[in-house]
Amino acid sequence: MGMTITEKILARGSGRGGVRPGENVWVMADILMTHDVCGPGTIGIFRREFGEKAHVFDPERIVLTPDHYIFTKDQKCLRNIDLCRAFAASEKLPYFYDPGTPSYSGVCHVTLPEKGHCRPGEVMFGTDSHTCTHGAFGEFATGIGNTDAAFVMGTGKLLIKVPASRRFVIDGQLPGLVMGKDIILRIIGDLGVDGATYEAMEFCGGTVSALPMSERMTICNMAIEAGAKNGIVAADETTLAYVRQRTSKPFTCFQSDADAEYCATYRYRAEELEPVVALPHSPDLVKPAKACGDLRITRAYIGSCTGGKTEDFIAAARVLKGRKVTVDTFLVPATVEVAEALRSECVGGVPLVDIFRQAGCIEPALPSCAACLGGPEDTFGRCNGPEVCISTTNRNFVGRMGAKTASVILASPLTAAASAITGRVTDPREILPS
Amino acid sequence: MADKIRGKVFVVGDNIDTDQIIPAQYLNLVPTIPDEYEKLGSYALCGLPDSYPRFVPAGQMKTPYAIVIAGRNFGCGSSREHAPVSLGAAGVEAVVAESYARIFFRNAIATGELYPVECATRLCEELKTGDEVELDLTARRLCVVGRRREYETQDLGEAKAVIDHGGLFEFARGTGMMARN
Repeated sequence: MGMTITEKILARGSGRGGVRPGENVWVMADILMTHDVCGPGTIGIFRREFGEKAHVFDPERIVLTPDHYIFTKDQKCLRNIDLCRAFAASEKLPYFYDPGTPSYSGVCHVTLPEKGHCRPGEVMFGTDSHTCTHGAFGEFATGIGNTDAAFVMGTGKLLIKVPASRRFVIDGQLPGLVMGKDIILRIIGDLGVDGATYEAMEFCGGTVSALPMSERMTICNMAIEAGAKNGIVAADETTLAYVRQRTSKPFTCFQSDADAEYCATYRYRAEELEPVVALPHSPDLVKPAKACGDLRITRAYIGSCTGGKTEDFIAAARVLKGRKVTVDTFLVPATVEVAEALRSECVGGVPLVDIFRQAGCIEPALPSCAACLGGPEDTFGRCNGPEVCISTTNRNFVGRMGAKTASVILASPLTAAASAITGRVTDPREILPS
Repeated sequence: MADKIRGKVFVVGDNIDTDQIIPAQYLNLVPTIPDEYEKLGSYALCGLPDSYPRFVPAGQMKTPYAIVIAGRNFGCGSSREHAPVSLGAAGVEAVVAESYARIFFRNAIATGELYPVECATRLCEELKTGDEVELDLTARRLCVVGRRREYETQDLGEAKAVIDHGGLFEFARGTGMMARN
């Protein structure tokens, strides 16, 4: 019997010839990522359990990326960044992206690929549930808690259960103005928020192969929203072209065997997909954007690991060029590299920043996670009252973006931008010809 | 180590996510700093809609409820370990749910903060907040004090021993997998 990509990576990571779903195996971590929200607690457990004089298993394999609560006056948040800084210095961590310095980058899940930390065939653990994003690069990547992360920090390994794989085959030509976000929201809507609990979600088919890395990242990013342990797309020429630009380290590409076993297979025709939104307060309350009637919004938010990449802002700019927003529109580039692209990338010869300014958007914030998860009260874009926010982020739970009285509607950058113009949930095909 | 947990239950529904268990604005608190650990407890479940009663009374640090009863997919969302930690710090000893999100379940075990017990019966529709119950982890049953009805719960398997020891590291030391420091 053959193996899936996820099984092959975990076999490699555990030094075995093969693994089967349900088996518990010790796997070596190629990368452990942590940030300012879970880093201090992880470091605290590492010190408590391994001792004040202990060292991390391999400084080269640890990436420390403060990104959540950066631009705030909250003293505890600032203290937490200091705790990360002190640890990076004492452990001589080469990959510490330090806020307030030229090494600062921003959102961990966009930083990791940009800086060459995502490589096919590897095992990545991160103290953030959206670590599953990096399955887009043909690797096994999953979110863990502080205690497990402290264990990895000290030993380099973790005992994990091999997940069964659930396969999503998407073929055909994706219609214009339909994005990766629409694909994954549709899948979550079909599965439910616990439809893939403990499982690997493997995305394949001609449509997926034709997607750029940014869109594959969006799809894998939200695997956790169906309860999955990881999302994964097999590495191909698109992956290699991206990865080889950013790292010279060797890696291995795995493909699922033809006779690999899946707990279920779903097939989608790309031509049948359309712009959708997830209504409050659950990512599986999915509805076509065009079927939302006169659902009014009070603000729009474009940002986060899910929808704050360069390509997401290019998409939004296509809609906003030459038009005006009618609600407060918040833009948060995920990283410094994305923030720079807002100035260097153009749509129709006009830089993105100028398009956004002329459309009446609020001036883009400095890169960070910002209001995706609410955060301290002084967070840019945070919903501090009964706002109805259309957002390119990943979760619309009660209180997710701040106040419990706020409602969040999840959408692609195209749909969010179209809605910002009309003030109601709007299919982008109403604004732009598809 | 506990084999029987007796106390009042707090009943919630399906898909209680980590933002409702501990809202993101309190993630500036670091669980390994003792007074911040206590403070996390005082905010446990404060992200629930206002239709719920308060889980931790105003001005207090601990909850009067020893057990949380939930529906499907309890703890979905973030990997924040602050979620089981806040419940444990508030004084919760067990959650009994139809099912759990993966990371919450694992974090509950790794921290040893509480027993994440599964029960095939939809207890969130059978019990109401304030009911007094006894949860027997060894006999694997939950009974409501003063009522005849008993509910079978699922075996925690090897996870029980990890939680009995107080979490992953204490278990590893207690069973000789790691040296004592």
